[in-house]
Amino acid sequence: MTFILLPFVEMFYASLRPLDHLFRSPYQFYSDDLSFWAYREMWKTVPMLPRYIFNSFFLASVTSLITLLFVIPAAYSYARFRFPFKNSSLYILLAINMFSGAVLLIPLYKVLRTFGLLNTYQAMIVPGVAFLIPTAIWLLKSYFEKIPIDLEEAAFVDGASRVQILRHIIAPLSTPGLVVVGIYAFIGSYAQQFLFAITFNQKKEYMPIPSGLYEFIGYTTVKWNEMMAASLVGIAPVLIIFLFLQKYIVAGLTSGAVKN
Amino acid sequence: MKQKLKSYNTQTYLAYALIAPAALYIVLIVAWPLLETIRLSFTNSSLAGEDYVGFENYQKMLSSKKFNGIVTRTFVWMFFSVSLKLIIGLIGAVLLNANLKGRSIFRVLVMPPWVVPIAIGMLGWLWLYNGYFGIIAGVGMRTGILDGPFGFLAYKQSAFISTIIADVWVGTPMVTVFFLAAMQGVPRDLYEAAYCDGASRWDRFFKITLPQITPVIITMSLLSAIWTFNSFEIIWILTEGGPRGATTTLIIDTYKQALGNYKFGRGAARAVVVMILLTLFAGFYLALLARINKKISHE
Repeated sequence: MTFILLPFVEMFYASLRPLDHLFRSPYQFYSDDLSFWAYREMWKTVPMLPRYIFNSFFLASVTSLITLLFVIPAAYSYARFRFPFKNSSLYILLAINMFSGAVLLIPLYKVLRTFGLLNTYQAMIVPGVAFLIPTAIWLLKSYFEKIPIDLEEAAFVDGASRVQILRHIIAPLSTPGLVVVGIYAFIGSYAQQFLFAITFNQKKEYMPIPSGLYEFIGYTTVKWNEMMAASLVGIAPVLIIFLFLQKYIVAGLTSGAVKN
Repeated sequence: MKQKLKSYNTQTYLAYALIAPAALYIVLIVAWPLLETIRLSFTNSSLAGEDYVGFENYQKMLSSKKFNGIVTRTFVWMFFSVSLKLIIGLIGAVLLNANLKGRSIFRVLVMPPWVVPIAIGMLGWLWLYNGYFGIIAGVGMRTGILDGPFGFLAYKQSAFISTIIADVWVGTPMVTVFFLAAMQGVPRDLYEAAYCDGASRWDRFFKITLPQITPVIITMSLLSAIWTFNSFEIIWILTEGGPRGATTTLIIDTYKQALGNYKFGRGAARAVVVMILLTLFAGFYLALLARINKKISHE
């Protein structure tokens, strides 16, 4: 437990201490003037901070929405239809999941450069979506499978069209599943922003929080307390989302994996 | 009527049409780049252009002592990291599964390292490992264990260990949660029967829990090995593969060659080695998965 929380506590503690106390040697456990000063000052030191936070949110939202667009029909198809190569293609999806972005960076870099997409939002969204699709299909498939097929078949026999079935049966019943997969994609893309961001984007106005903050670490005088404050503010939204929905996320992730 | 129903879930063309967008996307962004990487590995591609050079990249790479060291180091790093994740994850899952007070809160508190972007978690670790101002060195100096400032990331061995610890920090929550879910799936009556027979806590763990969750443990070890093998951000942020290459794993080396020096060809050759190793892992994993599924369906 200590092990898990230590970095966060240390970050929070460092963010409260004035800079000259932070760099005091020998090490002091206690500073007499802890304050939230860094939380006010950081907006001046990192003038682009609101922009970074916006970028992070924007990138994660767009990435997860696009992922859902691709994944919903595919997952539905895997859950409902029987067709040749169904199982083998599902396993290929799993295998794709194992290649990290790092291996594919070289050709991706060249492709993005050819299409003039380097240093744009798309440079981070396009590869991001690709690496979320496989897991999202597996997750959503298991949700769709839980909807009894009898309902659909009954409606079908009664003469309902596919579109009607989709609107009146599948869509309402699968909303919880869609929410979980959407959140999985959101957290996933929030977390994976770093690698693609440092490789494919040099423009400050498009940087998400992590790479934006790391810009400052290269400088000689790093204001660590403000850096810590800014990172904590940056991760607060995801943590809050996660805390509210953790039950569903954890259940959703494990049910797929343990069963299969 | 029956005929109509039968056709409901066998319309192959519709099935494929629904999958097509996702499949095309993956082919474009993942499969094609994989092939392109293989092609590039036979060239001396850089920002300036490219020429076909045959196996030169591979020959140079395989004959260099440094590269062999990197491969060995990758596996040692991976071995320690994965073992620690599994051991800590197992202990954590047992504790979270036990009937302790406040376990639902602890179950939530386990997750942050996984939820928070790795890059930001590593900022905390950077500070923890700081030789002058970090709390670890601070406590060490105050208690006299360290006789002066000690930069954990500045020396070869301590940097190696420090990156493993940070990697374990990121990877353990996932392992714990999966083990916990598996433990909760063990049928209650097995425990009740054992309890009636007077089995001790240890017996119950080793004779019931452990065998019951073995499939999940095996799956998780492989998955975890793959994730650990792919681990890039943690090492990159903490040490960039240093000091003097002490934490350079295959992935880090690939990145450095390709996008640090813009030697795409050499980087691609390394990426191909990574791909081959990953394919081996993946094949192993899928074969195992198929076997476990078969066993389950037999029961």
